[in-house]
Amino acid sequence: MYEIRIHGRGGQGAVLAGGILAAAMVNEGHFVVAVPSFGFERRGAPVASFLRMDTREIRQMTNIYRPDCVLCIDPTVGRAINVFDGIRDNGTWLQTTAKPLSELQVPDQVATVGLCDAVTHALDIFKRPITNTLMLGAFARTTGLVSLDSLRAALEDSDFRDAGLKQNLMALERGYNETTVHKIEKRVAA
Amino acid sequence: MSAVLKPKSKAIVCDGNEAAAWAVTLARVDMVAVYPITPQSSLVEYLAKFVADGKLNAEIVDVEGEHSVLSVLHGGTLAGARTYTGTCGPGLAFMFEPYLRTPGLRMPMVMSIVTRDTLTPQSVWGGHQDAMSVREVGWIQMYCETVQEVLDTTIMGYKVAEHRDVMLPVNVCHDGNYLSYGATRVELPSQEEVDAFLPPPATNWHAALDPDRPMAVDPLTGGAGGPGPAMFVRYRKGQCSGMQNALAVIEAAHEDWARIVGRRHAPLVESYRMEDAETALVTLGSMTGAGKDAVDEARARGERVGLVKVKTYRPFPVQAIARALSGVKAVGVVDRSVSFGWNSGPLFQDVIGALQFAAKRPAAMSFIGGLAGADITTDHFGSVIERVQALAQDGQVGETVWLNEKD
Repeated sequence: MYEIRIHGRGGQGAVLAGGILAAAMVNEGHFVVAVPSFGFERRGAPVASFLRMDTREIRQMTNIYRPDCVLCIDPTVGRAINVFDGIRDNGTWLQTTAKPLSELQVPDQVATVGLCDAVTHALDIFKRPITNTLMLGAFARTTGLVSLDSLRAALEDSDFRDAGLKQNLMALERGYNETTVHKIEKRVAA
Repeated sequence: MSAVLKPKSKAIVCDGNEAAAWAVTLARVDMVAVYPITPQSSLVEYLAKFVADGKLNAEIVDVEGEHSVLSVLHGGTLAGARTYTGTCGPGLAFMFEPYLRTPGLRMPMVMSIVTRDTLTPQSVWGGHQDAMSVREVGWIQMYCETVQEVLDTTIMGYKVAEHRDVMLPVNVCHDGNYLSYGATRVELPSQEEVDAFLPPPATNWHAALDPDRPMAVDPLTGGAGGPGPAMFVRYRKGQCSGMQNALAVIEAAHEDWARIVGRRHAPLVESYRMEDAETALVTLGSMTGAGKDAVDEARARGERVGLVKVKTYRPFPVQAIARALSGVKAVGVVDRSVSFGWNSGPLFQDVIGALQFAAKRPAAMSFIGGLAGADITTDHFGSVIERVQALAQDGQVGETVWLNEKD
């Protein structure tokens, strides 16, 4: 079982991103459960979405407390809550940010970091900071757990139409191409 | 066993609310009346979309509140239509007067309760308290574990409701949040399969509006003493018979579903790893998956633990529960709601009542979790298993345990 926790803010599409990713993974033959966290649907408030993937049927319909991967689609939500809470050793962290790795605090458990300046790209593509599909591209690039083609197909099957679909397909590809992936050497405890 | 029809289902990814809307579409419902309320809202949005897209050929009636929702559907049902709605929490409360009237009128409709904890404090999150608050009104109530079960059970609900020996309304309960918004892979049966399973709506002509045979429905039976109350007694007794008949009809509907669609769900109760079990968990709804995982973990440690899931809650499958739990030493019943009268969970009350009929009666304790959207995780179930194993050892029944109190 591989557990992914998506963090964002209300209005950015963290829940939708979970749904698209789930559809793409199912198309590749995986079992997937995507459960959003439940708050008041308020723009700007921290929100999370939980996604489990496995080669066999997944029975638990619960939140995720020990994620293998944290996918953060907002640049500042990490200041409001601890997005790394419970992350497993050798974990993966994907972050929307304009900063280089050297300016970020990476917890000891994280072994792989994928960074994408998704806000800048989103402003270019959508004229609004909608980062979810960009970060799905970043996820595919960083983890290799889902192909860009499957994500593309999932988007085409979704409710996006015409210009909106075109923009999101562009965002997906941009996120994939414009992500830098960093492997962190295991640090020796001081 | 070979299926009569070749399965032609296709896989989709959807949440429980969309699954219910697909079920309504496949069941060829004639009339839907709706008022949106969290966490049901997206369900009626899907229905509106399916009608607009031409997938669902139904009259959709937007009304000013839930009282009118059910009143409109009473009219539709009396005219012979297959009808549907969904609600929860405060919406169900506002619907209560026509909700009370529905089973007595022997109206075969299906209504989803997208379960939500009740006020107050303010809560828009999941919990079974709304459905539990109406457990003695006379509706059939079935609880779903998975998104797939939501889809399948909503269609099966019509077969049960419209059966001649039943003619009662059915609530298909799916957990707010965890099932309403939880998305998984779902097998969508083909229209041919559903048509083979579910015949056109069976009108209850005993209580139908027929211009050729005008009559009043919902009569006053007469004053105190004598034939008036005696008639009332016959109505009530008939209603109770219909509920009891439903047990066999629910089993038959699930069997037909397995035969035609190729997917089998336990109709009344499901026993999971109960062979040789010394202790058992009893669960309801979407919590069951985490419960089964916790049972697997305990079994891997060599512990003889099993789980009994209650699918059909009303009518309560008394004999099936007694059989399933007979022989274990201790039982832990996990409720997602409370009984204010008993300081325990309502399912716990039902289970200990049913255990009166068990050949060997185990000790039982009540656990309450998952209120107002709280999670019931495998760790929570692990703690329940530990406590129930202690109960099996010493027989000391403790106070009700509140699982999320210290989360």
